[in-house]
Amino acid sequence: MSPRMLYIAFNTFREAVRDRVLYNLIAFALLLSGAAIFVGQISIHIERLVVVNLGLTAVSLFGIVIAIFIGIGLVSKEIEKRTLYTVLSRPVRRWEFIVGKFLGLAGTLIVNTFFMAIGVFGALLYVAHKFSAPDALILVALYFIILEFLIICSLALLFSSFSSPLLSAVFAFSLFVIGSFADDLRGFAALTHGATRWLATAAAYLVPNFSALNVISAVAHQQPLRSQLILQNTLYALFYTAMVLSAAVLIFERRNLK
Amino acid sequence: MTAAQRTTVIASACLAISTLACILLLRHIDEIRPQATVDDALFVNSPKMIRRTSLGFDGMMACIYWTRTVQYFGERHFNRELTYNELAPLLEITTTLDPQLFPAYQFGASFLAPAPPNGAGEPDRAIELMKYGIQHNPNNWQLYYNLGFIYYTELKDYKKASEVFEQGVEVPGANPLLKVLAAKMAGHAGDRATARLLWSDTYETNHDSYVRQNAVEHLRAIQVDEDVTNLQSAVTRFGERTGRLPASMSELAAAEHLPRIAVDPDGRPYKLTPEGRIEVQNPDDFNFLTKGMPPGYKPPALPKFHDHTR
Repeated sequence: MSPRMLYIAFNTFREAVRDRVLYNLIAFALLLSGAAIFVGQISIHIERLVVVNLGLTAVSLFGIVIAIFIGIGLVSKEIEKRTLYTVLSRPVRRWEFIVGKFLGLAGTLIVNTFFMAIGVFGALLYVAHKFSAPDALILVALYFIILEFLIICSLALLFSSFSSPLLSAVFAFSLFVIGSFADDLRGFAALTHGATRWLATAAAYLVPNFSALNVISAVAHQQPLRSQLILQNTLYALFYTAMVLSAAVLIFERRNLK
Repeated sequence: MTAAQRTTVIASACLAISTLACILLLRHIDEIRPQATVDDALFVNSPKMIRRTSLGFDGMMACIYWTRTVQYFGERHFNRELTYNELAPLLEITTTLDPQLFPAYQFGASFLAPAPPNGAGEPDRAIELMKYGIQHNPNNWQLYYNLGFIYYTELKDYKKASEVFEQGVEVPGANPLLKVLAAKMAGHAGDRATARLLWSDTYETNHDSYVRQNAVEHLRAIQVDEDVTNLQSAVTRFGERTGRLPASMSELAAAEHLPRIAVDPDGRPYKLTPEGRIEVQNPDDFNFLTKGMPPGYKPPALPKFHDHTR
């Protein structure tokens, strides 16, 4: 990994912090502590479930929103401010710029997730009064959420490399929604015939499979997760991210910046 | 005072006054507005549609809908409503979103099955709910217990209750009590000993105070029913021996060689009416009575729970 890429990554992280992105942790902490304290008074026997479900859902949704809204501006803002020309006039390759931006955003989200994880475990300790062995599964769910972020970051960066911020947000969010229904899309493809079947199957495999990465319900019910699933999800996320980043690099390399 | 300081003071005062005014106005508005109910908010009845819109966060949506169900039932129960039209749809949505949400089955069935005002009076839907739960959680023996409970208490279908308890016995790790209950249902389903066993077990195995209080009230009612039955038999025997009714409970106690006058679970002596009927002193203090009530007695609309669990 070249030092130029790392420098761009670190700078991207610093910009995100300056944009007060990490302030979302305050909202998250308030939400989780409120839920932990009040849910027992308005519902029956689901305190732990709510903390885990709400905590992990909030980590996922907050992170996806941050990934999309920061990711869509990573390239377009640099073009708009004309700082991109300064960067590229140095010996920085265009692909290093893209990968560096991706690493910076991913790093921001990993730091964000780390602090949120502390909040989730803190709220869990408050309602359950102690940790049990199955609570370690929450770490697996958090890991899968980080894998989701990697995919979303790469998608946001891809759209940012050639589109306006507004359209990039729409595309990225749409892919997130469609990716949540990836299983249904494959089921639909199986029901069709001919060219429609080919197109639907291609689409089903091309959209990111977020449903496979969402194990929040299983973890909330302390159901075990197979190590094979963890390995294959990891490889899938890494390959998918590499695929999207490669497309982003190909587009950005050929983009006329004048 | 500089212009900037003056602006700060005025803006701060405006902020404080406006905030206070908003709070006071909202309180007045809430008083004159009709209460919004969950009935108005259940725009989407389809569990599958809600599942689609949850974008994979089914567990969280299930928790939200379970909380809504509890609030819906609690509010209507508190207001002594006799209809719970949205209860079954809310439970269906909750359990479709999260088929492993056990409290929804356990408490949901106890909200659905009993007759109003204690519940929705829909034991058939409660049974459907439990069967759905069993289908998705075949290794949870407590669901079989709860289903058998509904057949026993609400439908008085002892044969079905016995079958369900037998099925529950097959589940690995099932409570051995299920075997006993299966046998009891098959043999002596209608007797008080079985009922006492069921409610005692409910009291012992549950940590929820509402469930424990409900169990205690049933046990109190069973005790009264048993006492009234025994005392009424004693009155009949007295009549056959002497050709007249006993003049008082003291005479009856002496004739039956009882150590003292029989008292109800609250310590109050049972009454002997001039017509020879045995009645409790205060029937309003007991929920779920089937004997010992004066003729034409109507129980209160809302059962009164006394905390006997402490």
